Amino acid sequence: MKPRSSGSVIRLAAPLRALAQRFSFLLLVLASIALMMVGKIESVSVDSARARVTDAFAPILDAISRPAATAARVVESAVELENAFDENQRLKAENARLLQWKQAALRLEAENNSLRSLLRVRPEPSVNYIAARVIATPGSSFVRTLVVTAGKRDGVRKGQAALAGAGLVGRVIEVGEWSSRVLLLTDINARIPVILSNTRQRSILAGDNSDQAKLLYLPPDSPIQVGERVVTSGDGGLFPPGLPVGVVTAVSERGVRVLPSADLSRIEHLRLVDFGLPSTDLDPSPEWK
Amino acid sequence: MTATFWQKVDKTGRNLAPFAVTVMMVLVGMIPVPVPGYAPVAPNLTLVSVYYWTIHRPDLMRPGVAFLIGLLQDFLIGGPLGVNALLLVVAQWAVLNQRRVFLASTFALLWFGFTLVMAGGVLLQWLAFSVLDAATLSILPALFQGLLTVAVFPAVGWLLIRVHRAFLNG
Repeated sequence: MKPRSSGSVIRLAAPLRALAQRFSFLLLVLASIALMMVGKIESVSVDSARARVTDAFAPILDAISRPAATAARVVESAVELENAFDENQRLKAENARLLQWKQAALRLEAENNSLRSLLRVRPEPSVNYIAARVIATPGSSFVRTLVVTAGKRDGVRKGQAALAGAGLVGRVIEVGEWSSRVLLLTDINARIPVILSNTRQRSILAGDNSDQAKLLYLPPDSPIQVGERVVTSGDGGLFPPGLPVGVVTAVSERGVRVLPSADLSRIEHLRLVDFGLPSTDLDPSPEWK
Repeated sequence: MTATFWQKVDKTGRNLAPFAVTVMMVLVGMIPVPVPGYAPVAPNLTLVSVYYWTIHRPDLMRPGVAFLIGLLQDFLIGGPLGVNALLLVVAQWAVLNQRRVFLASTFALLWFGFTLVMAGGVLLQWLAFSVLDAATLSILPALFQGLLTVAVFPAVGWLLIRVHRAFLNG
């Protein structure tokens, strides 16, 4: 042990250390509970610390997630090889159909442009996409997030929408230097302003940790039907309007359920939408979730 | 002199094995597996590792180590801070108190003991998240996660025994 002459701090520290060792269990339990409270109150600094830790581990997560992705791809390509002929026929037919749609879209775009110029509509801000690979899922029953390989240096900002395949999957809640975290729209903390495509009813899409999300704040007699499409409304300026979100699957006394268009359980890559509005910096309460 | 120095380095490295393996379990548990509905029920490998090392090398899996690993997990999974830290500290404490029973017992009993620890863990997690989210969450996904973890326990346990023999019984 230390000699007595080495100062009062050490004389005081030694019994404290003995005490700490004896009650380490209790202390650590209290520390955990204190951390939970700190996380609730100081969410901004906790988020930046979290982004640093995630950044530090992102290269390892990236490396170890590759074999799993490769194995999945091998299995999938084997299945695809088996169906290649049928798939080719189907795609040819679909291509012919899509070419017709393309003509229609080009004609509509030209018409839209000329009408807009007549009405002097302010053009929508341009939209850029940032592609990223999913390197980690939480592996927890109560948290629905993804960690992806794109961060500040790729232009990712907090609040950006994340798209995969057929639709919206969530939004960016935390950005590191080269990694960022996406909160899936099925997480209990997710809230997304949406609009129903037929009835034009505005609503908030809220997750509840199940595979489907629910619509909040609907008027009691809104004529919503099963099968109606749900898209982002663009309210709040964070998301571009009109991104496909999902389809209404159930309307009942207990609420309206929406199944996300994108398959949230098997996202390998996603696109982050860089919507040219500066609103993310002005977001009054970044942890509004 | 150099021999003792290198021996020390070697010993420290070996003693770090439980910590390193458990951190690896945290990371491996986060690998995205493209199977529908997998992510919410991915087995809690970290708890298996903490359970194993607390029984076999409690000197290398102290409460502080369990706390640090839990905290790292909290940071990485994006949930509220402190939940996994609390879970691992409580699990470590509970197992340490019953260590003699576990050490003397057969593998089947070890497995059964882990089932109890996991059940406690499921309840604790559910309670913590429900309080923090101010909502009554469904306990079902956590329950399935618990079952899956119990199911993979023998495989992970075997792996940990290999690591234990390779690094610490030399």
